[in-house]
Formats: sequence, C-alpha cells, structure tokens
Amino acid sequence: MSSLDLARWQFAITTVYHFVFVPITIGMGFMVAGLQTAWYRTAKVKYLRATKFFGKLFLINFAIGVVTGIVQEFQFGMNWSTYSRFVGDIFGAPLAMEGLLAFFLESTFLGLWIFGWDRLPKKLHLATIWLASLGTLLSAYFILAANAWMQHPVAYRMNLEKGRAELTNIFEVLTQKTAVLTFFHTIPSAVFTAGAFLAGVSAWLVIKKKDVEMSRGTLKLGLITMIISFIFVGVSGDLTSKLMTEQQPMKMAAAEALYETTDSAPFSLLTIGTLDGSRPVFQIDIPSVLSFLATGDVNGTVKGVNDIQAEYEVTYGPGDYTPNIPLAYWSFRLMIGFGAIGVLFALLALYQMRKGATPRGKWFLPAMIFLPFTPLLANSFGWIFTETGRQPWAVFGLIRTADGVSAVVSAGAVLFTMIVFTLLYGVLAFIEVGLTLKVIKNGPQTELDYEDPKLGGSSDKPLVMAY
Amino acid sequence: MTFETTWFLLIAVLWIGYFILEGFDFGVGMLLPFVSRNEADRRAVLTTLGPVWDGNEVWLLVAGGATFAAFPEWYATLFSGFYLPLFLILVSLIVRGVAFEYRSKYGKAQWRQRWDVAIVISSFLPALLWGVAFANIVRGVPLERSADGYIEYVGGFFNLLNPYALLGGVVTLFVFLTHGAIFLSLKTAGGIRDRAHELAIKLGLVAAVAAVAFLTWTNLMLPEFDGVVLTLSTGVALAWVAGLYATLRRREGWAFIFSASAILLFVSDLFFALYPRVMPSSLGEQFDLTINNASSTPYTLKVMTVVAVVMTPLVLLYQGWTYWVFRKRISASQILHPERGVLDTASHILHQ
Repeated sequence: MSSLDLARWQFAITTVYHFVFVPITIGMGFMVAGLQTAWYRTAKVKYLRATKFFGKLFLINFAIGVVTGIVQEFQFGMNWSTYSRFVGDIFGAPLAMEGLLAFFLESTFLGLWIFGWDRLPKKLHLATIWLASLGTLLSAYFILAANAWMQHPVAYRMNLEKGRAELTNIFEVLTQKTAVLTFFHTIPSAVFTAGAFLAGVSAWLVIKKKDVEMSRGTLKLGLITMIISFIFVGVSGDLTSKLMTEQQPMKMAAAEALYETTDSAPFSLLTIGTLDGSRPVFQIDIPSVLSFLATGDVNGTVKGVNDIQAEYEVTYGPGDYTPNIPLAYWSFRLMIGFGAIGVLFALLALYQMRKGATPRGKWFLPAMIFLPFTPLLANSFGWIFTETGRQPWAVFGLIRTADGVSAVVSAGAVLFTMIVFTLLYGVLAFIEVGLTLKVIKNGPQTELDYEDPKLGGSSDKPLVMAY
Repeated sequence: MTFETTWFLLIAVLWIGYFILEGFDFGVGMLLPFVSRNEADRRAVLTTLGPVWDGNEVWLLVAGGATFAAFPEWYATLFSGFYLPLFLILVSLIVRGVAFEYRSKYGKAQWRQRWDVAIVISSFLPALLWGVAFANIVRGVPLERSADGYIEYVGGFFNLLNPYALLGGVVTLFVFLTHGAIFLSLKTAGGIRDRAHELAIKLGLVAAVAAVAFLTWTNLMLPEFDGVVLTLSTGVALAWVAGLYATLRRREGWAFIFSASAILLFVSDLFFALYPRVMPSSLGEQFDLTINNASSTPYTLKVMTVVAVVMTPLVLLYQGWTYWVFRKRISASQILHPERGVLDTASHILHQ
C-alpha cells in the first residue's frame, strides 16, 4: 500500500475510534449535569446516586475521548501536511478557537467537578459540570464548522502563488448553513447516544433488581431522551440531505446508487447483488421517496452518478469523481437503520412501562442492554458515509485527498504508527469496556453521605476523591 | 508590532505555559516511585495532579492548533518532519492520561504496578523529546524547497539525534524533574514532602550543569553575538540558582516561582534565538521558514489575535482559580483505604 492509502486508513481508524467516545461524552455530560441539578433542586438522594453512578461511567469514557483527541490535533500536520498548508489559513482558525474556548473550559471545569465534591459549595460544584458540558458543546461546534468547510467551502479566495486557500470572512465559515445543520444533527445524535446508554445500563440494573428506585427512573429518562432527541436527529437529517443534494449531488447519488438521472426517484430500502449500475438481483424500492428526501418534491429530479461525473469532468478536468458507491449506499442505510431500530425499541419499551409496569418478556430487557450499540453504530456509519461520500475530495472542489498527503513521510513510517495506534487503541478499548462493566455490575452505591463544604475544603480530612 | 510578530510571541507564550504546567506533571510522574514509600504515598502524589493535569495538557493542544492557524507552513513542516519523535510523544500522552484515570480503579497490586511503570515511562519520553525537538529547531535542520515549491524537512530520524539536541533533551528532562520535585514539596505534607525536597536539590544541580552547558553552546552557535539571548540565558541561570537557594531554605512557594520563571526565561531565550525565523534550515537561509513565509494571511491573524486577546486572560483566570481551590497540601494520611480500588467494593465507600 502507498503512504496515501495508509494515511487514509490511519485517519479512518483513529477518527472512527475517537468518535465512539465523543458522543457518549457530550451526551452523558449533559445527562449527569441534569441528574445533579435534579438532586440540587429536590435533595432526593436517588438523584445523587444516579449522578455518582453515571458520572463514573461518564468519566471512564471521557478519559479515552480526551487522549485519542490529542492524535486528531496533530495528525493533520503529520500525515496530511500538504493538506495543512493548503487549508491552514482557514481550517486552523476553528481548531485554535476550539482549543482556546472549548478545551480549556472542558478540562479545567471537569477537573473541578471530579475533585471538587468536598472543596466547592454545592451550587458552585453543580456549575462546574454545566460549564464542562458547555465546553464539549463549543468544541463540537468549532470542529464541525471546520468539517463543514471541507464539505462546502465558503468565504475563501485562492492564492495560486502560495498554493493555498485564504480566509475572507470567519463569520461565514462559522455560521454557514452546512455548519449549523451539521451541529444540529450531531448534537442530538450525541444526546440520543447518551439516552440509549442510560437506558441500556438502567435496564440491566432493573433486571438485577439493583437500586430499582433509581434505575427505573433513569431507564425511563433514557428512553424519553432517545425519543425526543431522535425527532431533532430526523428533522436535521432531512434538512441535511436536501442541502447535500444541492451542495454535493454526487454524494446523494452515491448514497442511492442512482446511476441515471431520474424523476420521482424511488428510495431503495435494500439491494441484493452488485451496485455497479448493472441490474440488481433483488431490490426493494419505495416510489418517489428519494425525490422527496432530496428535493422536497415527490416529482423532483434527482441527478444520477453518470451525469454528475460528466459535469465534473467539464468543471474540474478529466478524472474519476465517483466515491465508493457500495460503501456510500450501505453506510447511509446502516446509519438510518441503526438509529431507527434504537428509537423503535425505545418507543416499544416506553409503551410497556406505562402505568408503572415493568417491560416484560424473556428477551426484552436483555435485548435492551444492547441498546447503546445502535446509536454508536449509527454515528460511525454516518461519519463514514459523509467523509467517504465526499471523495475524491478532501475539500470539496478545491483539493483532492490524494494531493493532501505528506510528501516527506514514508509508507513504512505511516504503517508503523498505524499498527502501534491500532494495537494501543485495541488494548484501551479492552480495558475501558472492562472498567465500564465493573461499574455497572457493582451498581449504584446505596450509602452516600454528603455535607455541603466550604470553598477550598479542609486540609486534614480524608479526601472524598483521590487518584 | 506586526501580526506575524504578535503571533510568534503568542505561540511562545503557549509553549511557556505548556512547559511550566505540564513540566511539573512530567516531573511528578517520573518521580512517583522515588518519593513514595507505600500505596498511600503514591496515591497522594498522583492526587496532586488529579484536578489539573488535563487542563495543563490543553496548552499543548492550543499551541498546536494556534501554530496550524497562524503558521500553517511551520505546523506542516514541523510535524511531518519530526514524525517519529512526535509520534512517541503522542503515544506517551495517550498512555499517561489513561494511566492517571485508571490506575486506582482496581486494588490489585499488579494492575497498579503496571500503570505506575507506564506513568514513569510516558512522563520520561515527552520530557526528554520536547527538549530534543526544540533544540533541533533552534540549531536548524535540513530544510529544502521541494518540487511543489514547499519548504520540507529532508533529514531522516537519526538526523535529529545530534549531540546538541540530545543535550537539550537532558536539560528539559532534568529541569522538569526538578520542577516536579519542587511542586511536590509545595503540594504535599509529611514524608513525600521531605523526599521531594531532597531530590529537588540533587536534580536541580544536575539540571544547572546541563542547562549552563546547553545555553553556552546556544550562544556560541548563533551566527553573530546576540545581547538579548545572552541576557536571557543569564536570567535563566540566575532564576535557577535562586530557585535552588529557596529550596535549600525550604521556601517552597518561592522555589516554585523561581523554577517556573527559569522555564519562562529558557523558552523565551530559545524563541528569541529563533526570531524572526520559526524553523531555520541548515542547508542555507533561503530555505528558512520565517514568520513571514510561514504565516497565514493578515486577516486570519487579526481574527485569531482578537480571540486570543479576549480568551487567554479568561483562561488564566479560571485555571488560576482551580489552583487556588486545590491549594491545600495533600498528605498520605488523607487517603482512606489506599489499597482498595475505587471499583472493588461498591456499596460502602463514601462518595467515591
């Protein structure tokens, strides 16, 4: 494999892995903050137990999210230095802002939250988790704005002498529709993920009859969170796909494996056989739905891959402008499918829980334990779709991925680092899952005491939290 | 002052912040087995870093992001050129962060010993490698204009392992060890404090010898005599001596202020020696990366200046506040049931 292929694999591995933990962190931060607020408001101990219990799970996750995020910050320079030179003037700005506005906030206030139980007055301590969560939100905003610029570059001017794109308006980069919509798609997905996580873990506790007073409540909370956030995910997803049809028609055509331009295009639910444009073996289509998804009109025209390819050859010169179509087709479906399975399950479970009943059936609760995996898979496939569907471009219409790779880094060096990162990440996943399961098995602590401390705490008392 | 110069200074400030803050983190990590006599000691030592290590590390991420935004050519050339050392640093930072968070979750001795080894190694490598990297930047590395017109690093990995750079690595290694020992003597009570105090003096003397040798070499290496660099070098030496004196007198707060000042002056010295270059080439000055040929557009620099001028004081304020909240000394006796893992027994531990 060339250093380009290896660098792409390394980016895919490290980024998909990183983003397993990111949505859990963002969503769980707000869930834990909400639970602690409930405790602050009502003084009911079950909320404190829930805060501590889910807080522990949140932190185990957060650790991996943080350390794998460091790689993301430097990978552009290491493996993609030509890309970095080309986009630095624009792409670097949101990254630096993310550090200054978000990372500092997040890390500092999370440190205060973890170690501040006996050092900060109750109200101030509650504020720290909200500020840390705000940090995760800001961080998501800036990095998504940077990504949105890769999907749909705006507010730039080409400097041919320097061989780079230059920023003309930062506000446009930060507020363009693509960035805003992506944010409102990603954040509800993160909340959805946390809801599923909460529900899955609570379902296990309910089965094992551990702290049912708390776990029944958090189960319901998780399910309701999933349903509400899914509405936002759906609406923003729909708007995003219309915007994508406008901005990156090739990606939409690839998502449908639609080779020929079609009016009233059907949405294909699944296909058996090849997706190379020849006749499929078996296909289930829903008439006109694709036209509606893409244009908002059931009779709308959706452009096919072949026409767009011909258009791009005129605009950008000879070359292959088609992404990997089976990958785009399937990842798009798996994203929607896993999200839908999750939310249907949540609706069913909530229906079973009405009037104080407990979900019944031999398989129902055990199946719910696997609920957290549905959004995790949906998140990963969503990103795989949106990033691979943009290929061959790194920044749409401006620079190809193949032209962005570092010229001075050998394939051997990329291979070596990729192997080490993969092995290390594998070991970390193993440890992380082990710790998570341990926390869940132990269940919430039944005996907790709490005393509102003075600012700074006392110096000779036993520490509430120690490494 | 031009925006380019402003950003050169701001990047220097970010590295100064990073080396002062994560410098003592690295020191504490490396000293963990040497200042501890038992499990309670070890946990007390790690707890001094608990609330702050992550925030300290963000200084690096921001330095990286800011370099990307303000000097894309520098970011691209440096990180693709210094590929393997940077990779080792990244792996270390990954392992270190996880080790801090996970080591005390279980009580099993083997589990904890393994993480302790990981903490020592993953603190040692970056402490050494950052010095090697910065010394190489100051000394100049083979940079050449590629066929595409970009200035690229053309030396291999072993080019980076020259005597001057290795000496630079030894300097940061011992400076951070000393800085960490001083931090521990300031933040702990009892046996840890005494042991850290003794180590601070010994390590500080080694660091002093290495730093004087390195700074002398740096001054002689410059193409022409530079008064500012010499003055700053002298300042580093004076601050360091003052820090050691304060350590001897057991004025731990002053010792920390002086060791932090010495790091501040040391990093400033290196940046002054560079200015206006950001990465000099050893193959001729036509290949030097400078604040002008490596920088972003004035518009981007202006935007980033506004953000930095508004946010940096705010960050300093709330990070400073964290240190104030956790200002009390930690002693091993405050760790209840040190041998018990946080996750080992669930129901009867208060809070945790």
